[in-house]
Amino acid sequence: MNNIYIKNIIRFVVLLFLQVLILDNINFWGHINPYLYVYFILLLPFEIPGWFLLLSSFALGFGIDIFAGTLGMHTASSVLMAFFRPIVIKSISSSKEYEAGMQPSISDLGFRWFFTYTVILVFIHHFALFYIEVFRFSDFFSTLGRVIYSVIFTVILVIITQYLFLKRTKK
Amino acid sequence: MRQLFAFILKHHFFFLFILLEIFAFSLIVRNNYQRATFLNSTGKITGTVYNTYNNIAEYFTLRKTNNELVDENARLRNSLSQSFLYTDSLIHYEKDSLFKYIGAKVISSTISKQKNYLMIDKGSDHGIHKDMGVITSKGIVGTVVDISANFSRVMSVLHINNKVNARIKKNRHLGNMEWDGKYYRQGLLTDIPTHVRLSKGDTIISSGNSHIFPEGMLVGTVEDYDTEHNEKFNKALINYSVDFNNLYYVYVITNIMKDEIIELEENEKADE
Repeated sequence: MNNIYIKNIIRFVVLLFLQVLILDNINFWGHINPYLYVYFILLLPFEIPGWFLLLSSFALGFGIDIFAGTLGMHTASSVLMAFFRPIVIKSISSSKEYEAGMQPSISDLGFRWFFTYTVILVFIHHFALFYIEVFRFSDFFSTLGRVIYSVIFTVILVIITQYLFLKRTKK
Repeated sequence: MRQLFAFILKHHFFFLFILLEIFAFSLIVRNNYQRATFLNSTGKITGTVYNTYNNIAEYFTLRKTNNELVDENARLRNSLSQSFLYTDSLIHYEKDSLFKYIGAKVISSTISKQKNYLMIDKGSDHGIHKDMGVITSKGIVGTVVDISANFSRVMSVLHINNKVNARIKKNRHLGNMEWDGKYYRQGLLTDIPTHVRLSKGDTIISSGNSHIFPEGMLVGTVEDYDTEHNEKFNKALINYSVDFNNLYYVYVITNIMKDEIIELEENEKADE
């Protein structure tokens, strides 16, 4: 039990710094930026109480905002993503049954489940983030394009990270 | 009352969500419309973290930075008065300096957002104020928007709300440099009068009208000239001279006469 807390705290800190120090400087084709920090919200345990889910996502978004100097942007989109997480979990079914102690991961629930889960939540997050950033709907489609490209890159990174840590636990 | 509490408790997830979102959006609105300064409260932590990281990361770019500094030194040497050959003119005067430059190191910067900022490691303690211009040896970079004691936040030219007054070098016509948020190497020169002819490769420089940048700082070169029909003004696609993805050292510009000029302008406004 303790182990899970420590794991998540470490994940929180590592992802926060990874995002602000390294990933924020990575750009594909000039303006596509992956936001891997949402991996923390994706991987929080199933049993976590709702208020704790919201508050920890809030803290993470706020931390990113302070470093990026974009107060409120990441906070609002992270909280929105956290709010939708239980709804998404309920609405997508897996070939495997939910069991106590399961983690939202490829190894516990299969690739297909995890992929759907990640794509939906990352899309919600990036959609909110990019539209809040431009703060207008005038360039609706060009913003949507950037949302989709960034979702692709974030999802790829999430899946890669999953496999990296999957291997380590098997050893 | 108890029922209300029970109701809130039952739907606490939803209410907490709403509460947190209201908080987040109030921050966004404050940040967007009042350009609230929060660097003072957070600058110390974030600045220190970025600075530490930068102290490590800068070793990897030393060679490049060195080359740039050598190039710039050479250029500056060329502009020294000793470098000029004096003819027999009797009157020689040197202009008193109008602009002063403060060197600073970039400790964080983005280019992939719609509103990009840089953080530099000099602040009010080093004589930096809001609205000062920031340049590199290659051209203009942005404007200081927020300062703390040791750090400043610079609104990059790559910011969808940033407008820089610019001039076409060959015919001295004015326009506005804007960024459309698409590609970090290119921006738009807008408000070009339709009779002005431009061709690829023409140089765009700062106009000197804003008192932020001296006149003649490089902005970029024309990539494509687009003559929209039935419009009063034309647009041109400009390649920025600065690679915003490769910023290590910048100069902050102080205009010594700025207060005087602004005072005059305000008097003028008051008269109207």
